[in-house]
Amino acid sequence: MISSLNISVEAGEILAVVGASGSGKSLLAHAILGILPSNAKVSGTIKFNGEILTSARQEALRGREIALVPQSVNYLDPLMRVGKQVRTSVKKGNEAKAQREVFERYRLKSDVDKMYPFQLSGGMARRTLLSTAMVSGARVIIADEPTPGLDPAVINEALNHFRDVADNGNAVMLITHDIESALKIADKIAVLYAGSTVEVAPANNFTGNGEKLRHPYSKGLWRALPQNEFIPIPGSQPHPSTLPSGCLFEPRCVKATLECTKAQPVMRELRNGIVRCIHAT
Amino acid sequence: MQLEAKNIGFRYDNGPWLFQGINFILKPREIVGLTGVSGRGKTTFCKILAGLEKPVEGSITLNRKELHRNGYHPVQLIYQNPEKAVNPRWKMEKILNEGWKPDEELLTSLGIEKEWLMRWPNELSGGELQRFCVARALGPNTRFLIADEMTTMLDAITQAQIWQAVLEIFKKREMGIVVVSHEAKLIQRLCHRVIEINSL
Ligand SMILES: Nc1ncnc2c1ncn2[C@@H]1O[C@H](COP(=O)(O)OP(=O)(O)OP(=O)(O)O)[C@@H](O)[C@H]1O
Ligand code: SF4
Ligand SMILES: [Mg+2]
Repeated sequence: MISSLNISVEAGEILAVVGASGSGKSLLAHAILGILPSNAKVSGTIKFNGEILTSARQEALRGREIALVPQSVNYLDPLMRVGKQVRTSVKKGNEAKAQREVFERYRLKSDVDKMYPFQLSGGMARRTLLSTAMVSGARVIIADEPTPGLDPAVINEALNHFRDVADNGNAVMLITHDIESALKIADKIAVLYAGSTVEVAPANNFTGNGEKLRHPYSKGLWRALPQNEFIPIPGSQPHPSTLPSGCLFEPRCVKATLECTKAQPVMRELRNGIVRCIHAT
Repeated sequence: MQLEAKNIGFRYDNGPWLFQGINFILKPREIVGLTGVSGRGKTTFCKILAGLEKPVEGSITLNRKELHRNGYHPVQLIYQNPEKAVNPRWKMEKILNEGWKPDEELLTSLGIEKEWLMRWPNELSGGELQRFCVARALGPNTRFLIADEMTTMLDAITQAQIWQAVLEIFKKREMGIVVVSHEAKLIQRLCHRVIEINSL
């Protein structure tokens, strides 16, 4: 379902991954953590500290060195009180103190400690998931849509928290469609479409009418924001089973030429970023 | 035609009151933003407006008449998580045509592909599924639409696509819409007025 994906994130850095809903952002996170369903086929390599991540190493590192903030609130254990769920993720130091502190930070009052997941509103459940990863002390945090449905104050708290974690020499991969939030903290932004990376750009390229961006899809995504033009690109992303043979964006691209239908463009360097489009300048 | 919430009070079992004495009127041709901190009861209030939850106190009326839960409901609610709003054992075609038969034009403007109709819900992404939930909710008898974080899980292009399609129907049919969103920019773009649930 995802193919031709190349991205990297370094210690001290925040990489935001944005893109179409259903473009494989969660699958990417799950591939790194080694928690893909058994019918998934994986090729290519994932390296951590320069060494290839085997499934045995993934398992050893999961929750310790690499932590996930999952997208679905269904990842909470329905039968365990949420305070306890967060305490069991603390690997070093005082569990109760760490749990209370992180809940405090995310404005979850002490009566929430004893609640079960079904008693939480959407936003409360998401803050609990965030807390679980943040107390783990992991060196790589992969957050899969951590902010939808949260209040602005809590979003800012979470974003600052991610920045602190990165500034302390850790790496953060923030998967989100909240581009505005991502821009506040990310160093670079990867844009995904139909399972492949179409562009990786410095965060400051997302400005104006998108003229600094490289790929037509990235430009369209930027312009569709409600604070920009709020104008969509017609059509929809191709399904993994019916991918076009040429450029995956060709059926919706106004710049497409005959050449675009011949082969999937390769990723190339362009203006301090990378892009998968033969006509990008 | 107006949707009116009068003196609404709600609490779960014997818990504390989530809210009490809420008064709210929604008129046709009006888009109202509803904001408030997480957990404050926005979703609960939306369910009450759409007749999916009974208020503990107060009443919901449409044109000053109490609403009844039989037949097609004129107040339709769209949730944040479409996976929870569709029957997993039905194909998309059946789900889509459950209440009415959406026309080609609507399907195109929502970006629904023909080929998706033969799929099961779990074979579609959240964004693809949400387009179906929107189409399904926009039947000819829908007077009011309650969009509770309708596009929160979607990318900006899909969000703009769904909202542009909804706005077109909103103009044609003179509907009223409530928008719940934490995204200030979206509320600003869409709404004629904005209310905070605490201030109701
Ligand atoms: N089944 C339930 N039993 C007990 N309490 C519940 C139940 N469902 C929700 N609540 C509580 O009711 C309150 C309001 O929930 P609601 O889902 O309406 O909030 P909301 O304003 O929509 O929040 P969010 O912005 O996070 O979606 C929350 O404090 C929640 O804990
Ligand atoms: S390669 Fe061609 S079709 Fe693909 S994005 Fe570039 S211009 Fe558009
Ligand atoms: Mg809610």
